[in-house]
Amino acid sequence: MGYTLDFSVVWHAMPALLWGCVGTFALALAGMTLAMMIGVVGVAARDSKAALMRAIVIGFVEIVRNTPFLVQIFFLFFALPLIGLKLNPTATAIIALGVNGGAYAIEIIRGGVQSIHKGQVEAGYALGLHKGQVFRFIVLKPALRAIYPSLTGQFIMLTLTSSICSAVSAYELTSVAQRIESDTFRSFEVYFFVTFLYLAISWLLMLGFAVVSHRFFSYPTR
Amino acid sequence: MTPHFGLAEFGFLLRGLQWTVLLTLVAFAGGCTAGLAVALLRTCGHKGVEWITRIYIGMFQGTPLLLQLFVVYYGLALTGLKLDAFVAVAIGFTVNASAFLGEIWRGAIQAVPRGQTEAAMALGLHYSSRMRDIVLPQAIRISLPATIGYLVQLIKGTSLAAIVGFIELARAGQIVSNQTFQPLLVFGVVGAMYFILCWPLSWWGSRMEARLALASQR
Repeated sequence: MGYTLDFSVVWHAMPALLWGCVGTFALALAGMTLAMMIGVVGVAARDSKAALMRAIVIGFVEIVRNTPFLVQIFFLFFALPLIGLKLNPTATAIIALGVNGGAYAIEIIRGGVQSIHKGQVEAGYALGLHKGQVFRFIVLKPALRAIYPSLTGQFIMLTLTSSICSAVSAYELTSVAQRIESDTFRSFEVYFFVTFLYLAISWLLMLGFAVVSHRFFSYPTR
Repeated sequence: MTPHFGLAEFGFLLRGLQWTVLLTLVAFAGGCTAGLAVALLRTCGHKGVEWITRIYIGMFQGTPLLLQLFVVYYGLALTGLKLDAFVAVAIGFTVNASAFLGEIWRGAIQAVPRGQTEAAMALGLHYSSRMRDIVLPQAIRISLPATIGYLVQLIKGTSLAAIVGFIELARAGQIVSNQTFQPLLVFGVVGAMYFILCWPLSWWGSRMEARLALASQR
């Protein structure tokens, strides 16, 4: 018995851990960017006239949302080289996060588009706004405002999910932690501290998102 | 000689699937019990208690499930208790479930119209009867879609037990994949198994959500 906690290993590893945080943030940002692109294209295909397209998108969303991310990333890890994409683990992780987040983004963006009533657009034209103005002020901004909470929530979820990318040893916080753990055998101390680093990351993100929301979206609806 | 993916391998995956289901059920049952306590404390009206439960919930929402598992797993090992890997991960998922279900039910309890509580108070019902007979039955109805949604999350989440070495479906998949060198087939089958487990639940949940939305439009 007699195990004494020793957090000095964490202190010594601090630079590596902070770089891990940067890695996590970069990974999440790249993943979210890809997710948004998949989301926008997906929404267009989801509501297209071709039934096959619609079926593919619906199938994609259901499969991604009903299987674990860990299995998805393993599958992609082995599948991507087969289609000629020989990527390093971090790039694989970005694609996995993008594909996973994309399925959720499709649902979120679709909700935002549907929240704009046709009458609003017609009213815009009736007021003499031209096409660009209608799109910018009547479609885009209210739609962004409507999906902003879910989208930012999704980004935080994606950041937390990115810890699973350590399973394919992508460069991010959890894999940095695993390396420190195997060097020092101080599993509890390292993971306990890293958990709080993640908490700090999500709090900072929430704070940042709240500031942006306050700056751009704090106008009355009615 | 490398074995091919055959009946024996499929059987191994099925045994993994059993552990996934068992782990989910244990964690869900434990999480429901503890989550109810969290939800009740979160809405008890005492500022200090509400604040503490709020932080408790926020810590689980703001950190990755994988790290929560690591902390519980290695934390329990430090206590000197010789716990089975299943028990250790089950405890990890249970505390996670208590926070998420607690937050879902907190919302549901607060969504029950305030007049219901006031009427119950006016009738002289004390706290336990007010909750048990008036508020919770309505709250449960409201919370069902989100609760089912969390159950799907939990099933998918149990795959992370694979990373701490517990052999459930995802870990079984890794093992078979390493033996057979047929990763695409194996992870395809594993994914399909998860899908068969999760998709009916998701479908049920979203159907119920649509119905509730319709009912509240009246």
